Amino acid sequence: FFFFLVLKGRLSSIDENNHLPLPSRHSQVWLSNFQYRIIMPTIAVEKELLFSKLGRSYTDNAFDELCFEFGIELDDKTSEREEAMKSSAGTLTREQLQTLSDAIIYKIDVPANRYDLLCIEGIVRSLKIFLGDIDAPVYKVLGEVKESITVRKTNTDKVRPFVVCAILQDITFTKDRYDSFIELQDQLHRNLCRQRTLVAIGTHDYDTVKGPFVYDARDPTKIEFVPLTPDDRSFNAKELLNFYETEAACKHLKPYVPIIKKSDVYPVILDSEENVLSLPPIINGSKSKITLDTKNVFIECTATDLTKANIVLDTVVAMFSEYCSKPFTVEPVRVNYMCSNGKILDTKVTPLMSNRKERANIEFCNSLIGIDISPEKMKILCNKVQLGPAELLENDTILEVTVPPTRSDILHPVDIAEDVSIAFGYNNIKKKIPTTCTVGREQPLNQLGDLLREEIGCAGYTEVLTHGLCSIRDNFTALRRLETPSVSLSNPA
Amino acid sequence: MAEIDQKILIHLNENGLIDDSYPWSKELGYGHDDVVGRAKSLSVIRYVVTENLSTSFYTLTDQGSSVIKDGSQEMKVFNAIKEASKLSMNDLKTAVGKDTSKIGMAQCMKNKWIKKEGDDLIPIVESVEDIVRSQLQSLDNMSDKIAKELKKRKLISLKKISSLKIEKGPLFSLEIKKQAADITKEMLDSGEWKDIQFKPYTFLTFGQSVGGGYLHPLLKVRAEFRKVLMQMGFEEMPTNKWVESSFWNFDSLFQPQSHPARDAHDTFFIKEPARTVSVPEEYYERVKTMHEKGGSGSIGYRYDFQREEAFKNLLRTHTTAISSQMLYKLAQNCGDNFKPAKYFSIDRVFRNETMDATHLCEFHQVEGMVVDYNLSLGDLIGTVETFFKKIGITQLRFKPAFNPYTEPSMEVFGYHPTLEKWTEIGNSGMFRPEMLAPMGLPEGVRVIAWGLSLERPTMIKYKIDNIRDLFGHKVEMARTKTAPVCRF
Repeated sequence: FFFFLVLKGRLSSIDENNHLPLPSRHSQVWLSNFQYRIIMPTIAVEKELLFSKLGRSYTDNAFDELCFEFGIELDDKTSEREEAMKSSAGTLTREQLQTLSDAIIYKIDVPANRYDLLCIEGIVRSLKIFLGDIDAPVYKVLGEVKESITVRKTNTDKVRPFVVCAILQDITFTKDRYDSFIELQDQLHRNLCRQRTLVAIGTHDYDTVKGPFVYDARDPTKIEFVPLTPDDRSFNAKELLNFYETEAACKHLKPYVPIIKKSDVYPVILDSEENVLSLPPIINGSKSKITLDTKNVFIECTATDLTKANIVLDTVVAMFSEYCSKPFTVEPVRVNYMCSNGKILDTKVTPLMSNRKERANIEFCNSLIGIDISPEKMKILCNKVQLGPAELLENDTILEVTVPPTRSDILHPVDIAEDVSIAFGYNNIKKKIPTTCTVGREQPLNQLGDLLREEIGCAGYTEVLTHGLCSIRDNFTALRRLETPSVSLSNPA
Repeated sequence: MAEIDQKILIHLNENGLIDDSYPWSKELGYGHDDVVGRAKSLSVIRYVVTENLSTSFYTLTDQGSSVIKDGSQEMKVFNAIKEASKLSMNDLKTAVGKDTSKIGMAQCMKNKWIKKEGDDLIPIVESVEDIVRSQLQSLDNMSDKIAKELKKRKLISLKKISSLKIEKGPLFSLEIKKQAADITKEMLDSGEWKDIQFKPYTFLTFGQSVGGGYLHPLLKVRAEFRKVLMQMGFEEMPTNKWVESSFWNFDSLFQPQSHPARDAHDTFFIKEPARTVSVPEEYYERVKTMHEKGGSGSIGYRYDFQREEAFKNLLRTHTTAISSQMLYKLAQNCGDNFKPAKYFSIDRVFRNETMDATHLCEFHQVEGMVVDYNLSLGDLIGTVETFFKKIGITQLRFKPAFNPYTEPSMEVFGYHPTLEKWTEIGNSGMFRPEMLAPMGLPEGVRVIAWGLSLERPTMIKYKIDNIRDLFGHKVEMARTKTAPVCRF
């Protein structure tokens, strides 16, 4: 029920010119996103770099259109200089500002379930496939498994049970590629990994360490290494976490400390010479630091959710194997889960890079979308959305698509149908009115409420719409009432 | 009064116009308000024509007057220090008073008249001029920069005078002929009416207000939307329940338990009562299995579903929580006799978001859904278009989007006639089979749904920029009272 204010009375405030006060003049304010507030990750890409990788050039409007059709959103245009001006609000001198680039940066919003769009490589690749410029790459896991990592299961089970690994061979980094590599890890950490609690990614220069590797969880005071933060000091894990909790220069690491702090044992990745590669999920070691000259990359993802760990690893590999001398290939690693008596309980080869096949009934897809396209046409459309190559089975009634490791969002045939309709173009679908015949009806409570509102309004009262959320002070203290049990929030705004 | 009238008329007769009523009235020694009043009545009978003027000028505040009389604070401070050749701050305070010493000292330092030596203040110059005082003495020719400084020190203030420029009107005459207010029988009988001047009707003044009640603009829009949806054959859902369990708000909608929206950053969780009492157990098991393992053609999310998480109480983040319960009830009650349905609701939802000019923690969501066999995306497009057409937006485009519980999903963009540009106006999609199957809806039944916020179209329609001017206790009464009728 809505509340009414007892405010019967005459119209007040007629101004001196005998006019009624007018509502404020409407200004062209861009009222941003509302209601169903979708959480959409934002990727910043340099416009020129994007177009050069795409091999095509667009006006801002034309690019906006392309994004619209594909399902991403060009949210904002800015530049390094503009960002600095907006954020530090004048703490930089004019000279300092001039040194910053004014190259245009596009801020693109991508759907929350498309982890392959979290870097420029992924966006470019998907758009090129969508435009038909290239075919979707086939990701290959190289046959021989030469490298391995042993998980001391009894220890790691206490804090962070799983790990998956991969090796990118003969990769070439440039500054842009390197920055993008780091940015992708940050994006994944923020989104899918839920701030590193579910999965944490560590990347290392493979040539600076010696396999086979070990994933263990040890007494914090017994883990000693030089971490990848500004200093060259060596810490043990316990003092390192205390350091990160207090040191201002490392405050970006502080939020992750609570993930392992209370545990008796901290997770640690080591090589065969007991060098520490990383202390997941906090920080990597300085020894295995990646530089622009790194040629081989060892990736390890430790996790509490194995499904997500595999998705994360597959994504990083899929995106950056592009820069290997044999593009879209990856060297696998065997993961051996060993218990305290030395027996291997479980073994897996990662990365999965699963190219699974999924099926959807063609009539189902057509009916779900509301179109009627031929099986052949549907098969070809699959190529545009990274579900190709597709096969027609069972007398052209079944569509079998290839789901690459970049499309972990495909859960059910409806996902396939959606992609087919995106390839077809949402705005090309003919609209229909459902033939559902129903009779409208209102809720008796709302009907009564509205009737009462009108009557009370006619009686001369002015309606007020009050907030549902109020403070203890407003509800009790200020009214001199004793606090009684009421619905209270555990996380008030 | 008549005196002033005469003076005005005589002056106009001789000089044609009175440039500015303010100095004129001052000159003649009349109260300016009286002059303005009389000029206005003369303009009503069209003897004169008036034009509004506004002048602003600076006047001395009390502080300012005292500075002219006794000298500025810095002057006093300087003199005190000069006389004593050096003074400690405390002694200065005793010498000139606390306020004067504070302001004066600061000014002296600024002007570099004195400096600090240890605890004492000493003069650095031989003599000084009281600049501020001389500035105050010549208010008329002050530059804006000086004026700003003096205003900051509260020595002068800006006064605004509204005055009139008065000129001869079309019916100008030196003699004020009395105008008759009414026509009487005597005038008609005697024939006087031919010569008498009648007071013209004024149609532009407001009469006495009749008072009245007013309904809230947001709720006016809500009433219109309810009508629109019922005209489309939709049945209202019972949404009078703000506290919901995570189970109905998220889990039953196939939103994974690790989804960011279930974070404390986005959702309000209840401290008391923290847990829901019960959920339908058999249905709960089916939902759990769907999340963990999949089924009905889905591979599921493959994680461990936690009962504890599902039982957490929260303030609902969308009315889709109720939609879910309606679908469950529909499935349970129909058995083999499925009846298609169209549901809608317009009610309050809560999100723990950063508040800004267009977002509050609570707002209203409009939601509609159609449940029937073999519905398609084409049907959804058609339904959404029908709805938006009814509220005045006829040009629509659809964009691929993502919601955890719909697939396919579409964001609705419309060309808004008021904003004159394309803008996002809603969100829509088909509920996922993973959501519908555990409910027990028959195979082949599909659900299309769409939603938008109530506040946004209202703010556009009523030209309101800040949501706090629409919803809550800070809304100005005048706004509600003057809110136009809502018509789409």
